[in-house]
Amino acid sequence: MSPAIEERHETRDTDLGDEELRARLSRTWGSARGLIGILSTVDHKIIGIRYAVTAFVFLLAGGIMAIIMRLQLARPDSHLVDAELYNQLFTMHGTTMMFLFGVPVGEAFAVYLVPLMVGTRNIAFPRLNAFSYYVYLFGGLMLWGGFALSIRPDVGWFSYVPLANLNFTPGKGPDYWAQMITFTEVAALAVSVEIVVTVLKQRAPGMTLDRIPLFVWTMLVHSFIIIFAMPAIMLASSMLIMERLVGTQFFNPDAGGDPLLWQHLFWFFGHPEVYIIFLPGTAFVSAIVATFSRRPVFGYLPMVLSLIAIGFLSFGLWVHHMFVTGLPEIGAAFFTASSMAIAIPNGVQIFCWIATLWDGKPVLKTPLIFVLGFFFIFVAGGLSGVMLASVPIDTQVHDTYFVVAHFHYVLIGGTVFPLVAAVYYWFPKVTGRLMDERLGKWQFVLAFCGFNITFFPMHLLGLHGMPRRVYTYPAEMGWGGLNLLASAGALLFFASFLLMLYNMIASARSGALAGDNPWGADTLEWATSSPPQPQNFDRIPCVTSGSPLWDQGDDNVVVGGLKVDERELVVTSIREARPDIREESPAPSIWPFLAAFATAVAFIGSIYTPWAITWGSPVVAIVLVAWFWPKTIEENV
Amino acid sequence: MARSVIDVSGLPTYAFGSRVTPWWGTFSFCLLEGTGFALGIGGYLYLAVTNKDWAKDAVPLSLLWSALFTLVLVVSALPNFLIKRAATRESLRSVRLLLLIMSAVGLVLIGLRIMEFSALPVRWSDNAYGSFVWLLLGLHGVHVLTDVADTLVLTVLMFTRHGTGKRFSDAEDNAFYWYFVVLSWLPLYAVLYWLPRF
Ligand code: HEM
Ligand SMILES: [Cu+2]
Repeated sequence: MSPAIEERHETRDTDLGDEELRARLSRTWGSARGLIGILSTVDHKIIGIRYAVTAFVFLLAGGIMAIIMRLQLARPDSHLVDAELYNQLFTMHGTTMMFLFGVPVGEAFAVYLVPLMVGTRNIAFPRLNAFSYYVYLFGGLMLWGGFALSIRPDVGWFSYVPLANLNFTPGKGPDYWAQMITFTEVAALAVSVEIVVTVLKQRAPGMTLDRIPLFVWTMLVHSFIIIFAMPAIMLASSMLIMERLVGTQFFNPDAGGDPLLWQHLFWFFGHPEVYIIFLPGTAFVSAIVATFSRRPVFGYLPMVLSLIAIGFLSFGLWVHHMFVTGLPEIGAAFFTASSMAIAIPNGVQIFCWIATLWDGKPVLKTPLIFVLGFFFIFVAGGLSGVMLASVPIDTQVHDTYFVVAHFHYVLIGGTVFPLVAAVYYWFPKVTGRLMDERLGKWQFVLAFCGFNITFFPMHLLGLHGMPRRVYTYPAEMGWGGLNLLASAGALLFFASFLLMLYNMIASARSGALAGDNPWGADTLEWATSSPPQPQNFDRIPCVTSGSPLWDQGDDNVVVGGLKVDERELVVTSIREARPDIREESPAPSIWPFLAAFATAVAFIGSIYTPWAITWGSPVVAIVLVAWFWPKTIEENV
Repeated sequence: MARSVIDVSGLPTYAFGSRVTPWWGTFSFCLLEGTGFALGIGGYLYLAVTNKDWAKDAVPLSLLWSALFTLVLVVSALPNFLIKRAATRESLRSVRLLLLIMSAVGLVLIGLRIMEFSALPVRWSDNAYGSFVWLLLGLHGVHVLTDVADTLVLTVLMFTRHGTGKRFSDAEDNAFYWYFVVLSWLPLYAVLYWLPRF
């Protein structure tokens, strides 16, 4: 450290009173106004909100696709859409829900909440965080822009080759699909790395491993699953696009390749993907159950161990998707066992939640009601999953509506219900105002009934043999009644989301003021104002308990000695969270946006000519250098 | 104010190794890229095992350029180790010198990789075997390229007024990543160049 800098007068937080400290910190950590300012921000809260809003828009878009499909299927021999459009619809629906909604919405909550919950001022690598958002946004816009321009993938959300090969699918649809996958996976991987590092190194002093909130543990395991699963799909989608653009032969059986290779790589990611989508839901449930039971979640250690077990087992489930392609006996037995095995840690979690509610004094606010809905639906989905996991049944009902019903129970029960709960729960933190409770309860009635009316009949349709992915069916099959019922339910279910949208907009304007901690919760995000200042905390808290806001009452210990006019945060040791370094957190910068833009242009260009990569790479490289080049002498210290 | 305070004003503003966040960032990226390499090798082996004549009548890859590449890469671990040490001691002179050496080594390696590509007896479009050879070599090549670019930028940085303090930590981090580039090559080398000879 050079002496000149050392000697310059530096204000520390200990020199200032509360009012002035707050004002000066929020100047230091704030984001600039204007277009450049908006695109340059590195505040994890702003980026998190953008992630969430974008994911919700995609949820609605995917929902509209679903509604069109349901309208088509409501009657036999219907001609609202033809076979070709129907294929495009379910592909766009599945792809949007899995990649543009399911994964990013988990990232959104992690990006917003994890830094607050561990008591730090920003996420680790905040510029990478901004970059990841723009990459995700461009990927989504690209897929939907292509759809609007009639460049429409129609080969299902997992794009099986040889179906997705050039000979079968000559248009550019699958190329857009593959590039979009690459984009969203880059974003998810970047966020995972940020979360891992934030959780390991930026926890408030005293937050030892056994005081980490369960929400944060869940997001940590979630991030590790992504780190090990997503490279598979990135590799696979890159191979697919090379196959189509430069004529590689990975999947071509006539030239030594094998279409099964695609399936193996896809499902190496595809099964953990279910848990990548599902785990954030369990994170929400853990937080909400504790708050509304007024006690910490029962069985902290079993909960954490189950999470880790789920992380490992989610990879073991990989091969069961290939039963129909015929696996060697022993392999099949093993994978059936591990399909069943994952029910154990899931069961432990559910048991712990219910024990918590049992032992506590549950307060039935909207978030908790949606969590109860989750229990019901998810357990039902789990049961049909166990049925599917036993191989013989699997081969019979494989590719029928039984499967469609099962995965919607798991995905919607496991993800969407907790998500709605989470929206009601954290909305006051983000906006400073509570959402309307009465509308919330009405929304629950609509959503719960709508959901079951839509998807329960699909089990029966599946057992009656109705195959998935058919655009229509003849009246003689007798499937008309149940289908009509399902379609009516879908409209109800969709309406419940419109009601929520209305509630959000109205409450943001004129909802009841929330204050810092409207629910009387125990984790650190509630220890700061609603909405939080740019610096998150005026003084970094010190943690002496797993439920700091419940147990620490007057025992108000904080960190002192951070600079006020520079973006400093405390880096702590991994296990004990002892303060170790005052690290500088990167300032806002426009370069991450430009880097994402240049990457997007190069990737989209590459669909039309491989040279786009050749010409795009130097541009991206230059932008990256500008991103990392220090702008002031202080950044070196 | 009824509050006690843990004083952090005396803590350093940067450190080395696993104490700092960039080290963990690099470590995580090594994990995920390593997974990518492992899956790439897995795919290669999967096709090789399930289809004995997937390579049709391809001749084994020539050993010359790859051997040179491997040799230079492995030897580069030494100056890399020295950079790590010099950076931790914040010795500007040695760091500058060693970064120049590493930049030169990096450029030589890129040259060797280009020769390796041009001497390949198969094209990526000939058969699945050719596709995999190009994919794996390319994937690793991209890693070489990015770390060499990073090294070049860092070298320039160290010769400007920015060559102080936290930049030493960056130099150490860069050296850490280079180890990954070296280590990840060894299994690829074995699989691409030696396995088909047995
Ligand atoms: C409004 C609620 C929803 C309705 C009415 C609905 C309805 C449907 C329908 C009718 C299909 C096509 C079945 C077929 O023809 O094979 C489908 C497929 C699918 N849905 Fe949904 N869905 C909804 C929400 C969701 C959500 C929230 C997710 C994920 C988080 C999701 C994921 C999927 C997937 C992955 C497919 C498979 C697409 C494919 O076959 O490639 N859906 N859904
Ligand atoms: Cu499965």
